[in-house]
Amino acid sequence: MQMQTDLLQEARRQAEICNACRYCEGYCSVFPALHAERAFGDGDLTQLANLCHNCRGCYYACQYTAPHEFDLNLPQALANVRQDSWEDLAFPRVAGKAFQKNGVLIAVAAVIGFALLFWAARMLGSQGGEGFYAVLSHNAMVAIFLPAFVFPLVSIGISLRRYWRRVEAGPFRVAQLVKAVRQAADMRNLKGGHGDGCNFEDEDRFSHARRMAHQAVMYGFLLCFAATSVATVMHYALNMPAPYGLLSAPKLLGLSGGVLLVLGCTEMIRLKLRSDRTLGARGAFGGEIAFVGLLGFVGLSGLVLYALGQTALMPLLLAVHLGAVLAFFLLMPFTKMAHGFYRLAALTVNAGK
Amino acid sequence: MTLSDTPDLVVIGGGNAALCAAITAAEAGARVLILEAAPKPYRGGNSRHTRNFRCMHHGPLGPLTDSYTEEEYLADLLKVTGGKTHEGLARLAIRSSEECLPWMEQHGVRFQPSLSGTLSLARTNAFFLGGGKGLVNAYYRTAERLGVRVAYEASVTHLELNDDRIDFIDYTQNGETHRVAPKSVVVASGGFQADTDWLARAWGPAAKNFLIRGTPYNRGVVLADLLDQGVEQVGDPTQCHAVAIDGRAPKFDGGIVTRLDCVPFSIVVNKNAERFYDEGEDVWPKRYAIWGRLVAAQPDQVGYVIIDAKSLNLFMPSVFPPIKADTLEELAEKMDLPAEALAKTVAEFNAACGDTSGFHPTELDGVATTGLTPPKTNWARPITEPPFYGYSLRTGVTFTYLGLKVDERAQCAIGNRPVSNLWAAGETMAGSILGQGYLAGFGMTIGTVFGRIAGKEAAAHANAN
Ligand SMILES: Cc1cc2nc3c(=O)[nH]c(=O)nc-3n(C[C@H](O)[C@H](O)[C@H](O)COP(=O)(O)OP(=O)(O)OC[C@H]3O[C@@H](n4cnc5c(N)ncnc54)[C@H](O)[C@@H]3O)c2cc1C
Ligand code: SF4
Ligand code: SF4
Repeated sequence: MQMQTDLLQEARRQAEICNACRYCEGYCSVFPALHAERAFGDGDLTQLANLCHNCRGCYYACQYTAPHEFDLNLPQALANVRQDSWEDLAFPRVAGKAFQKNGVLIAVAAVIGFALLFWAARMLGSQGGEGFYAVLSHNAMVAIFLPAFVFPLVSIGISLRRYWRRVEAGPFRVAQLVKAVRQAADMRNLKGGHGDGCNFEDEDRFSHARRMAHQAVMYGFLLCFAATSVATVMHYALNMPAPYGLLSAPKLLGLSGGVLLVLGCTEMIRLKLRSDRTLGARGAFGGEIAFVGLLGFVGLSGLVLYALGQTALMPLLLAVHLGAVLAFFLLMPFTKMAHGFYRLAALTVNAGK
Repeated sequence: MTLSDTPDLVVIGGGNAALCAAITAAEAGARVLILEAAPKPYRGGNSRHTRNFRCMHHGPLGPLTDSYTEEEYLADLLKVTGGKTHEGLARLAIRSSEECLPWMEQHGVRFQPSLSGTLSLARTNAFFLGGGKGLVNAYYRTAERLGVRVAYEASVTHLELNDDRIDFIDYTQNGETHRVAPKSVVVASGGFQADTDWLARAWGPAAKNFLIRGTPYNRGVVLADLLDQGVEQVGDPTQCHAVAIDGRAPKFDGGIVTRLDCVPFSIVVNKNAERFYDEGEDVWPKRYAIWGRLVAAQPDQVGYVIIDAKSLNLFMPSVFPPIKADTLEELAEKMDLPAEALAKTVAEFNAACGDTSGFHPTELDGVATTGLTPPKTNWARPITEPPFYGYSLRTGVTFTYLGLKVDERAQCAIGNRPVSNLWAAGETMAGSILGQGYLAGFGMTIGTVFGRIAGKEAAAHANAN
C-alpha cells in the first residue's frame, strides 16, 4: 500500500467531524456509509472517497469551512484520496502515477497515437480493401485495436480486484452489482438528495447542468461503443463488411453518439472552467480537462470523418480519428475514465452493506 | 448612498428571522436592504448552526410523520418553560408553524429525514438538508432574486428614536459610518451572548470562562441601544440557554459537533476530582440542558467526564477524540486532575454500584448506586474496564433571553404605545414568548413565524407611507 498517509489523515480528520455533525446526511450515499462507522481505516476512507462524486453540496452547506478553524472541505479531501487511490491501484502503477494528473502527457500520448496510425497506414497500407480499408486493411486495424481493447480491460480488472481487497468488501454477490448499476444508470446521487442537482459552476446554486453534461458524455460514449460493436458483429457474424450506409445501425448509433459526446464534453469543460478548483483533487485539473478534451476529440474527429469521408482528406482524418481512439483506449485505466469503474465498484460494495 | 436608492425597509441581521422578513417584504413590493454584521462566509448568525425546526401538523407533512397537534406542542413547551410562557404568542407561533413548512420549500429550503441518532424527533422536527447554512444559502439566493440588497460587514451601531418613530439608522462598513433613513425597520440581530462582558455583568466573572456555541457577531449592540432609549424589554439578562460542551471547543462558533452525549454513562467530577451531581438523572435532551449550569457553578467553570471502555460506543461521537489512558492514574495526569482523589472517587462510586444486569442505554433503567452522595440513579455501572477515557466539559452558551417585547404583529413598543415603524423577529424577541427553558427546534419556528409577520407588517407600513 503506497497511498499517501497525509491525504488519508486529512480525510479521516474531516470524516470524524462530519460524524459528529451529520447535517449533510441526505445529500448522497457517502454520509449514511460514513455515519455507520465510528473509526475510519484507510480502506473505509478509500471506499467513502469513491462513493463521492464531487457534487459539492456538503461544502457549500458546511458551517465549518475556512476561515473557520475546523477548515472543512470534504469534497476536496475525498477527491484527493480518490485520485490517489486511482493512481495507487492502477496496473501498472507507474502508468497511473504518470497520466492521472498530467494533461500534457495525455496530449503527447494522443499525438503518438496519430503518428502510429500514419505510420501503419503508410507501411501496412490497404492490401486491396475499400472505403476506410483502402487506407488501412481490416486485418491491420484488428491487429492494432484488439490488444488496445483487451489491455485496458485486463488492467482495470486487476485494479478492481485490488480495490475490492483494499476496502475489505467481503464476498461478491450479483444482486449488489445489479443495484449499483441501477443507481449509476440514473445518476441518482448526482441529483443531490433533493432532486435539485449539484453545486458546481455557480457556488451554492443547485443545477442539473453537470448531471446532464455527464449523461450526455456517458450515453454518447456508450452509443459510439455500441456502433463499433454492432459493426463488428455485422462484419464477422453477418458477413456484412463496411462501409455502411447512412441509415445503417452502426452509422445511426455512431452519429448520435458522436454528437452527444461532443456536446457533453464541451459543456463539461465549460462547467469545469467555471467551477472552484480548490474543491477538486489537488493538481488533477489539467489531467481532467485533457481527458475530457481527448474524449470530445474522439467524438469530433469521428463526426468530421463521417462528413468528409468521401473527400481526399479521408486518409488523414481516418489516421487522426483512429489515433485518438487508440490513445483513449490505452489510457483508459490511467485517466479520469477509470472513475466510472471505481465508482461502480464503490456502489457495489455499498449495496452489500 | 444616494437618495434614489434609499430602501423602503431595512432589516438588521442576516439570519433566519431577518431573511424571512426580507423575503416577505420584498414579495409585498418593498425595496429592502439587509444589514449583516458578519462577512459573507460567516453570514447567517446562529441560524447557520441549526438543523431543524419544530412544526405542528395534522397528518404526515413533508419529512414529518404522523401528527403533532397544537395542544401537544403547547404542552411540550409549557413543560420546559415551567409555565413562563406567553400563551397567546406561543399559540400563534405553533399554529403558524404548519404553513411555514411549505413556505420554506417554496423559498428554496429542502428537508431531509430525521438524522441518524435523532429518531425521537422524527415526528415533531423537520430537518433542513445540509443544516442551517443550507437554509440560509437558499434564502439569500431567493432574496437576491427578489431584488433584496445585502450589505455584509455592515454593523448597526445606533437607531435614532424620536417619539414613537425610528428616524434613521447608523452603521459602519469598511471603517466608514453610513446613515440610512428607511420608512420601516425590522430588528433581527439575535441575542447578546457573544458579548462576554455583558454576560459577566449579568452572571458574574464566571461567565468569562463560558464558550459561545454560535456566532461571535451577536453582541446585542442593537438590543442595548434600543433598551437604553426606553423601548420595552422582556426577559431577564441572567437567563440563557447553556449546555455542557467539550472543553476543547473554540471560544465561538463550535456549533453542534462540540456537544457530548456521554454524561449518563459516566461519572462527572470537578477539578478536585469530586462528583457533584447525579449523572443518571434523566434522558436526553433534558439532562443536556442542565449540565451547562451545573458546570458553570464548579470551580473554574470546568468539569471532567470519566468513562471506561465498555461505554465508549454508547453515545454519538463528538469532534475531538477522548483522552485515553490504560490506568486511572495516567488519565488523571493527562487531564490535570489530582490522581489520588480521582482514584478515591472512582473507588467509592464503584463500591456503591450494585446489580448492573438491568442496564439499558436508551431507557431510564433504574440501575442505581446505593448509599452514595450524590447518587447516580440510572446507568450506574462501575468504572473498571481499561482503557479509560475522559473529556473536559465547559459551559457553552446557545443564546440569551433578554429581548425586545413585541405584540402579535411583531411590533415593538415604548411605554404603552407601539413604535410606529419598528418590528422585531427571532431570538431578539424570543423572550416575549418563553421566559426560560427551551424546546428543541422552537428557535427557528419563532424566527420563521415572526420574521414573516414582521416583514409583512413592515412592508405594509412602508407601502402606505
Ligand atoms: C449550535 C446551535 C445549534 C442550534 N440548533 C437549533 C436547531 O436545530 N433548531 C432551532 O430551532 N434552533 C437552534 N438553535 C437556536 C437558533 O440558532 C436560533 O434560535 C435562531 O437561529 C435565531 O435566529 P435569528 O435570525 O433570530 O438570529 P441569528 O441567526 O443569530 O441572526 C442574527 C444576525 O444578526 C446579525 N447581527 C448581530 N448584530 C448586528 C448588528 N449590530 N448589525 C448588523 N447585524 C447584526 C448577525 O451577524 C446575524 O446574522 C441553535 C443554536 C446554536 C448555537
Ligand atoms: S460537511 Fe460540514 S455540515 Fe456537512 S456533515 Fe460534514 S461537518 Fe457537517
Ligand atoms: S461532494 Fe457531494 S457526493 Fe461528495 S460527499 Fe459531498 S455531498 Fe456527497
